[in-house]
Amino acid sequence: MSTHSPRGVGHLRGDQPFPEAAKVALANPQLRRNLQHATTTIRGKSGRVIAELPDWQELRAAGSALKAYTMGNLPRLLEQLEEKVTAAGGVVHWAADANEANRIVTDLVHQTGETRVIKVKSMATQEIGLNEALEAAGITPVETDLAELIVQLGKDKPSHILVPAIHRNRSEIREIFLREMPGVDPELTDEPTELAAAARRYLRETFLSTKVAVSGANFAIAETGTLAVVESEGNGRMCLTLPDTLITVMGIEKLVPAWTDLEVFLQLLPRASTGERMNPYTSMWTGVTPGDGPQNFHLVLLDNGRTAVLADEVGRSALHCIRCSACLNVCPVYERTGGHAYGSVYPGPIGAVLSPQLTGIKDNPSLPYASSLCGACFDACPVMIDIPSILVHLRNQAPHPRTEKAVMAAAAYTMDRPRLYARAQKAARLSKLLGKRGRGLPPPLHGWAASRDLPEPPPETFRDWWRGR
Amino acid sequence: MTVRIALFATCLADTMFPAAARSTVQLLERLGHEVVFPEAQTCCGQMHVNTGYQDQARSLVRRYVRTFEPHDLVVAPSGSCVGSIRHQHAMIAGDPTLAARAEAVASRTYELSELLIDVLKIEDVGAYYPHRVTYHPTCHSLRVLRVGDRPLRLLRQVRGLDLVELPAAEQCCGFGGTFSVKNADTSTAMLADKIQHVLDTGADVCAAGDASCLMHIGGGLSRLRVGVKTVHLAEILASTELEARL
Repeated sequence: MSTHSPRGVGHLRGDQPFPEAAKVALANPQLRRNLQHATTTIRGKSGRVIAELPDWQELRAAGSALKAYTMGNLPRLLEQLEEKVTAAGGVVHWAADANEANRIVTDLVHQTGETRVIKVKSMATQEIGLNEALEAAGITPVETDLAELIVQLGKDKPSHILVPAIHRNRSEIREIFLREMPGVDPELTDEPTELAAAARRYLRETFLSTKVAVSGANFAIAETGTLAVVESEGNGRMCLTLPDTLITVMGIEKLVPAWTDLEVFLQLLPRASTGERMNPYTSMWTGVTPGDGPQNFHLVLLDNGRTAVLADEVGRSALHCIRCSACLNVCPVYERTGGHAYGSVYPGPIGAVLSPQLTGIKDNPSLPYASSLCGACFDACPVMIDIPSILVHLRNQAPHPRTEKAVMAAAAYTMDRPRLYARAQKAARLSKLLGKRGRGLPPPLHGWAASRDLPEPPPETFRDWWRGR
Repeated sequence: MTVRIALFATCLADTMFPAAARSTVQLLERLGHEVVFPEAQTCCGQMHVNTGYQDQARSLVRRYVRTFEPHDLVVAPSGSCVGSIRHQHAMIAGDPTLAARAEAVASRTYELSELLIDVLKIEDVGAYYPHRVTYHPTCHSLRVLRVGDRPLRLLRQVRGLDLVELPAAEQCCGFGGTFSVKNADTSTAMLADKIQHVLDTGADVCAAGDASCLMHIGGGLSRLRVGVKTVHLAEILASTELEARL
């Protein structure tokens, strides 16, 4: 199956392996303080509203079961969705990968004769690099989510699924606005309310004068052909209702079977994500309604590696992700490295299991190792994705460095022979020869000794002590 | 009633931190139980599994199963190794027969605080340890085994012990096995925060139920020369008043 499934292209690969890329954020104490503050705040807020629900664990189990059912019946449900959307006046397009999706969207915009589109924050369009593709075709995309707008104007990349500009502070945002925002007041200060007001003024004009919108989708209901977008700022509602043409790009895994299934996810998502009890703006639409909202609706269903992920029995549950970012907010690694270190638009623990599967492990071999396997992500995930187990599974598929392979083989050989093992234990005492407390260790072990002393080998092993008693 | 318990010392404690395994023996014997040490044991294979070498780990799984199959009750002074035995052994076993056997042995394998509280039904083990202690709960004890507050319940009964709460206790210390080598800088950043929290408590001992996490935290504390010691839970529970006076 996987040989016939397309691999993901687009913004799913970094330029550097994770340990190298992580050094940028690790060396920036201000950024680390910001990240720690932001993730700790969201964590606390989310934890409090989750604790209010006596049936949170049952909701998680229900969300997980619904997603597992969906993945098990994906072809049938997708065809059902296509049928329902078409019957309601929409047009469904199938995109095997990012390039095809970009081509479809670009052609659709060209057909309208427009040269500017407004966008609702969407991970799928970030994944495929739609903005760059549109710009290359002479079309100006305008991000309308505040944080996404900051990222776009700053010619930057998102570093968090929910809070894409989490790595920016307000003085940086002021500078970006002054430099890049058309018609901005040159007296703009870095007061958050002023910054928000500046963005609002700019976006209002854009909303009212743009005839085409591009969105992603949080959910699509196979039973009814209904699409759903959840957001907090109302910008999404504007994009989804004001323009003449709406183009939605959606990963094929965003499907849910029935209308009533939203009951589960609309409880799980806001509490796990923003720490809200209820999502502020939930927009749903089914095809085209004459005289109300966009009169042309296109749905682009994106594979971009997802079918290949579906073929892996252990890894496929990564497709259950509802993009809440709870795993990022609890991850001790993400908290210190930020999102850019992951290379892909999907950072954090979910990115570490999703990106290597979408691209194939050879293109992202360091990501499954970007975790201490502490398990906080699994506990936080509202649809119970066992991220640590998938990480371990992917590590088993990853290409291994030659020296490491030799060391691991030797260790396993020794440990399967108790007598040899006991002799090796004695040799461990020779580690004293490696220099005081391990400071003379060779690469790659020297990284350990850079900040930590090795323990002094004990005078006798437990085994020796046991024999001698 | 005397219970016969097989000790899985774990390769790390056996080789580098024998006091954790020795104390486990002394504690259980003091409580009137019989401890045996099957010498064919070596390692649970977790390092291989978690680094991506399941094929090589398989022979270690087989060894663990063969070694401990004859025993009704197994204890290890490590949440992480028991976590691997319970959640990874059957998963990577390959053949269904070995998987079933692995599952059976795993169901009789306990981490020390689980054994004491759930099996031996004891919270006060009669220990005496006159120190200010803070406890790092370790990720795998917490989130794989779900030992909850069992270690704390045991520590609260220890005479002379002043237990101080560790801030952000549930955050990883940054060890993660080969993670600390492959992602040494990120691991160090995590360790620095853990150590800061330990120092903030004013404790003179940082305790945990895993020699691996203690090796990591202890390695940082030793480098900083701040005088805070790392001590395994078993060592504290094995300490008695008599011993403290000697």
